[in-house]
Amino acid sequence: MDQIVRYFFDFSLMSSFWPDILRGFLITVEMSTLTILIGIPLGLLLAILRLYRLRPLNWLIIFYIDFFRSIPQLVLIVLAYFALPYFGLVLEPITATVLALAIVLSAFAEEIFWAGMNAVPKGQWEAGRSTGLSFTKTLAYIILPQVVRMSIPPLTNRAIGISKGTTLGSVVAVPELLNVTSSIQSNVANPTALTVGALLFLLLFLPFVRFTRWLEHAYAHPRS
Amino acid sequence: MGDLVTTFLNIDVLSQVWPLLLQGFWMTLGLAAVAVPLSVLTGIAIAMAQDVPSKLLRFFLIAYVDVMRAIPPLVLLIFIFFGLPFLGLKLNEFTAAVLALTLNGSSYFAEIFRAGIESVPKGQREAARSTGLSWYKSMIYVVVPQGTRNVLPDLISNTVELVKQTSIASAVALQELLRSAQLAQGLLYNPTPLIAAAIVYFLMFWPFVRLVSRLQNRTAMSAA
Repeated sequence: MDQIVRYFFDFSLMSSFWPDILRGFLITVEMSTLTILIGIPLGLLLAILRLYRLRPLNWLIIFYIDFFRSIPQLVLIVLAYFALPYFGLVLEPITATVLALAIVLSAFAEEIFWAGMNAVPKGQWEAGRSTGLSFTKTLAYIILPQVVRMSIPPLTNRAIGISKGTTLGSVVAVPELLNVTSSIQSNVANPTALTVGALLFLLLFLPFVRFTRWLEHAYAHPRS
Repeated sequence: MGDLVTTFLNIDVLSQVWPLLLQGFWMTLGLAAVAVPLSVLTGIAIAMAQDVPSKLLRFFLIAYVDVMRAIPPLVLLIFIFFGLPFLGLKLNEFTAAVLALTLNGSSYFAEIFRAGIESVPKGQREAARSTGLSWYKSMIYVVVPQGTRNVLPDLISNTVELVKQTSIASAVALQELLRSAQLAQGLLYNPTPLIAAAIVYFLMFWPFVRLVSRLQNRTAMSAA
């Protein structure tokens, strides 16, 4: 027990490191936010483009979403960081990570939005068009609100999953929370920093995980 | 174009590093072969145990599932591999990776199986119990099989996610497919091994990603 406290909860050792840890935490938050802000709208855009049913374009979109759902995030980050420079494209570690994660999220988001669009009854389209709304207006005012509502639970789950992937940036030396805490761990030869890191990740993601439980409940028993 | 091919898909390079990549591929499969069954079985056990009418037990199970879903798997892995040795618990790379993947994977499987179990009408359970089956037998022979069928797409896609995640083991220098490719790239100053690894991952997961899309579309169609 003593050992556990000494090695994993000796917070006095952390005193000089709090600013670094805070900076790492903020970078994690920033990367997660950017990933979501790029990934989800891009996914929605792809799903909308797919509605126009232009064959070659749809094949491309389907290949895009299949490809980026089939390749591990870490592999994409490593590719973006280590392979693109041979192409003459040198990305900052943080850019490579956010780019890779946002693309993966957009692929999953497209699939979720597309499933939602297919789940809206055809009558909704017909009713919208028959009142004189254009295709675009029917989409924007009638269809999308329903799609977005249906998509919230699976999108939240996926967004949490992919935001956790920001830790993979530590592999290409992004100074995010995991990277910072694990280098403190090796500097002071005490894993308390890892405990701090784990607790901060909990602080960041646990509310969202709890939120998904609440969503599941709210969607299972809709207020009529 | 010729330049592009010699840089990105250089056959000479590929033939040199192929044995290394193949070795990594087998290690990835080995990790998956241990981590997937462990995660599935733990997940079923947790989901079944949530059926037991004990508030305390449920509280701990839900806490476990939520915490494990909130902590990034790479954080778990680093904690297990670099933190636990301070307590005298030194796990090798493979065991540490299996443990981290299972802790993370089982929590997701637990949620999926719970949804599956809840989707089975109560009458099934009552009928099973009334024929004299014990709680345990009615779960194993009646409820879980039906529940599993209802959540099959989620089970497949979560398995894909878990196997994709084996790539994080490269962060503790376990020589799986990604790590092998990185080593080869470092040796030969050529990104071909990374590209080849990405293609291998893609070929490995693509059929399953497609299958899940088709299964989900079919459910969406039958629901409409």
